[in-house]
Amino acid sequence: MILIPCPHCGERNVSEFQYVGEALTRPNPDGVDPEQWRSYLYLRSNPAGPTVESWFHRAGCRRYLKVERDTVTNEVTSVTLPGRGGPQP
Amino acid sequence: MRRKAQATGVDMRLGPRPGEIIDRSRGLTFTWDGDTYPAYRGDTITSALAAAGVRVMSRSFKYHRPRGVMTTSYLDPGCLVQVGDEPNVRASHRMVEPGMSARPQNAWPSLRYDVKSANGALAPFLSAGFYYKTFMRPKRLWPAYERVLRGFSPGGAVSPEAAHDYYDKRYAHPDVVVAGGGPAGMAAAVAAAAAGAAVMLVEGEPELGGHLRWGAAPELAALGDLRRAVAATGGIEVLTDSVVTGRYDGNWVAVVQRSAPGVVERLIKARAGVLVAAPGLIERPYVFSGNDIPGVMLSTGARRLINLWAVKPGERAVVLTANSSGDAAVCDLADAGVDVLKIVDARSGEDVVRAKGGRTLRAVECADGTTVECDLLVTAVGWTAPTSLLNMAGDRPVYNERAARFFPGGGHDDVLATGGIAGDGSLEQLIDHGSAVGRAAARRAHEVSATTEIPSLPVEAHPALFKARTHGFVDFSEDVSSKELEEAVAEGYDSIELAKRYTTATMGPAQGKLESVNAVAVVAAATGATIAATGTTVWRPPYSPVTLGALAGRSFEPVRYSPMQPWHEAHGAKPLVAGQWIRPDHYGDPAAEVRSVRSGVGLIDVTPLGKFDLRGPDVPKLLNQLYINKWSKLALGSVRYGVMCAEDGVVLDDGVTGRLGDDHYLMTATSSGAETVWEWIESWLQTEHPEWRVHVARVTSDFASINIAGPRARDLLSLVVDDVALGPEEFPYMRVRSGSIAGIDGSFMWRIGFTGELSYEIHVPASYGLGVWETLLERGADLGVKPFGVEAQRILRLEKGHLIVGQDTDGLTRAYGAGLDWAVKLDKEDFAGKPELGWQEGRDDFLRLVGLRPLEGTAVPAEGSQIVEAGIIVGRITSSRMSPTLGRSICMGFVAPHLAEPGSAISIVAPDGSRVPAVVTPQLAQVDPKGERLHG
Ligand SMILES: [Zn+2]
Repeated sequence: MILIPCPHCGERNVSEFQYVGEALTRPNPDGVDPEQWRSYLYLRSNPAGPTVESWFHRAGCRRYLKVERDTVTNEVTSVTLPGRGGPQP
Repeated sequence: MRRKAQATGVDMRLGPRPGEIIDRSRGLTFTWDGDTYPAYRGDTITSALAAAGVRVMSRSFKYHRPRGVMTTSYLDPGCLVQVGDEPNVRASHRMVEPGMSARPQNAWPSLRYDVKSANGALAPFLSAGFYYKTFMRPKRLWPAYERVLRGFSPGGAVSPEAAHDYYDKRYAHPDVVVAGGGPAGMAAAVAAAAAGAAVMLVEGEPELGGHLRWGAAPELAALGDLRRAVAATGGIEVLTDSVVTGRYDGNWVAVVQRSAPGVVERLIKARAGVLVAAPGLIERPYVFSGNDIPGVMLSTGARRLINLWAVKPGERAVVLTANSSGDAAVCDLADAGVDVLKIVDARSGEDVVRAKGGRTLRAVECADGTTVECDLLVTAVGWTAPTSLLNMAGDRPVYNERAARFFPGGGHDDVLATGGIAGDGSLEQLIDHGSAVGRAAARRAHEVSATTEIPSLPVEAHPALFKARTHGFVDFSEDVSSKELEEAVAEGYDSIELAKRYTTATMGPAQGKLESVNAVAVVAAATGATIAATGTTVWRPPYSPVTLGALAGRSFEPVRYSPMQPWHEAHGAKPLVAGQWIRPDHYGDPAAEVRSVRSGVGLIDVTPLGKFDLRGPDVPKLLNQLYINKWSKLALGSVRYGVMCAEDGVVLDDGVTGRLGDDHYLMTATSSGAETVWEWIESWLQTEHPEWRVHVARVTSDFASINIAGPRARDLLSLVVDDVALGPEEFPYMRVRSGSIAGIDGSFMWRIGFTGELSYEIHVPASYGLGVWETLLERGADLGVKPFGVEAQRILRLEKGHLIVGQDTDGLTRAYGAGLDWAVKLDKEDFAGKPELGWQEGRDDFLRLVGLRPLEGTAVPAEGSQIVEAGIIVGRITSSRMSPTLGRSICMGFVAPHLAEPGSAISIVAPDGSRVPAVVTPQLAQVDPKGERLHG
């Protein structure tokens, strides 16, 4: 189980966090077309390598975090606030 | 005292051995296949049976061939038995207990006369890919095939009546975990602890010691020294009869502890600084004809039987030896009084050809042309390095031709290897290596940068022996022979990964530890490639089978009760599990509870309702963002119903929010949606609008909540409220008031109507919840107040046509499909899901939620029943109940748009296939559609 270094709580088990998803910018809902909006909702780049994600420290400080992680090695290189990933339930 | 088994009349027990682990002062009896056998404390099931001369321990899984002891260890492939109601017990590992009842598996009608072994007699080996070839076509015979295959499947019987057992979980944070308590592992643990590390030393056997335990005097002396050192060194937690089953990211190590007191098993999740893998070496069986006949044994198996349990493994023996373990076995056998008739020394090119016998070994045919009549064949042909834990850290083992085994690839900072998997050498060299690894592990765990020198162990030459010139079993637990592997290669499955899957070799209970390297060697020989080029098995977790009990273990999920729970329990409430909450489903008669609400007044405990205290000047902006409806003009003291959608326009939750002060609001969410809504709120505030000044506090459990519903609700509330005017003009529908309820300050109440009746939802500080509940029932006795549960509430709201998110909506239901057109305010600047709802508004191709009235009023079609038209599914029932108020059945459901008009006739298919005709009602509400009761 990987550890995520939370800026508030220190290194914690990933099971304390909720994975929100790739950090994306929410399109302006005015004038957005279905293709843009749905690619924001559903399409993810899913790289093998470095990626920027939003994680929610659910069982900790309950902050949304922006996490830079390598999906191959699971190495976490940076964790910052706030994770501007677009809200997702 | 000699203890001869009545069932066999044989006694193979030897006189006392220096390293024996049986306690001869504590005799006991147990049963095997219905007969009683003697044993000593410390015996395993198979050691006790072997002492009584029992040779056949099981029938093999595919051919039902007789099998006996081979390794006398956890891996013993022919020794899975049923103990009481527990199947698949490793009989060469499990200690006997007084009165234990053990039975063979895979044998019918008995171990002696097994009907299915006829298969083996007729066709010595089933062909490779037997299952795929035999049971594929024709497809219509699958039900029959399934029955046949089920009969062939291995394993014992799981009893549905099995007693409930307790399994536990534990979290640990040791600096160093040492997996394996042999000499190198013990030395590593002692050195790491001496260097200041907190050490967890994990050993699969019931005692520390590894191969020293079944050694001669010098090994036993070294064992004593090492055990004393472990005991004398502080900071070492020793877990015996425990196994490290996996290593995951960040050195997250799973340990199954079978020896934890008071529980069957305990799963330990350890975050280790450094993991030291010291599993030792596993002796490899030899592949030749008859290599599975009871009486064919590995050298370590025979030595363990003699030295740990003082059992003579046979009377007349042949020994095939290629190493010192085989040589030591010769000495042990002679010492135990076994007649060693022939030593076949593989180092000088000698070999065996086949073993002969049926239920027991009768003779061994050697490569020199001689045939020796004997009842024991001991083989010592080499070792397998169980590099599993290293594999799990990304290590790829490398084949060493000189030693004829795989070695770790190396190069990990937080996973180190010591002992037999790291190399050979004298006992002293192994202990020195272990100590150096232990010191290095302690340093690395404490992140001390200084590196320590780890000496390298010598690698000794060993003949490459995998298979004789005859075919035999490669995988004993799956009954896969070398002939099948060769056939698989001939059929084109010429990579080891394909051949394994096609033949199922290495897929059985031993999971490759006995058979993997032999399978690689057979495939390599068949393809003409080298072993190194053919590759190895990359072992994945778990290292050893894990019971579902250990994984399920004790749940740490909280269970939540409202403060009124003691009253509910005392008054016969039937509990309902609703997420984490336990709620009263009803108090005996939900229909009566419905009638008392409609005719008088009822109380329901709605404490699990999600409640959020929102404060700050920007709360209206937040509400506008979250809800699809408008929130900017909510007057002080007002309450509004709101619906939330996710960004895909799908209905997420609903609830009411009231304005308690200028910048102070209280929001409620559904009980099941409360967690999601809380995170949803935070995500908007933290990620999209960090500039908004809003503070959110979850207050779900801070208040006990009670809904008072029914035409006499006001009368009841007035008995406990003095400082709030309750008249219909002063406190109309959809308003909130703060005040004192039953003398409890800091309470508030709002007038809403989920049930369709005049009703007040009151929220009192949680610690007063039970008192207020009892006061309401006591003071309202003259009004006939009755409690009602979740079931009655569900009926009441269905009568009123109020939807439940998640029940009457699903993961595809956007707002317009749920009849929430009135709530969607597309002219708002922004809200969650706005683009999708804007697009949905312009379409008409989605299912609509409608009220439905079955024509036959007694028919209540099950929730989930399909609605069909001309053989096509055009909808489904989401909610259905018998309405006590209307005296007939009522439903809600989704229908295709062309059937959504009131009066449309539809046809519901009940689960039994019968048709229930129904008609679409004018609106969702079937009781009081005009809302007169609600506004009363
Ligand atoms: Zn945190």
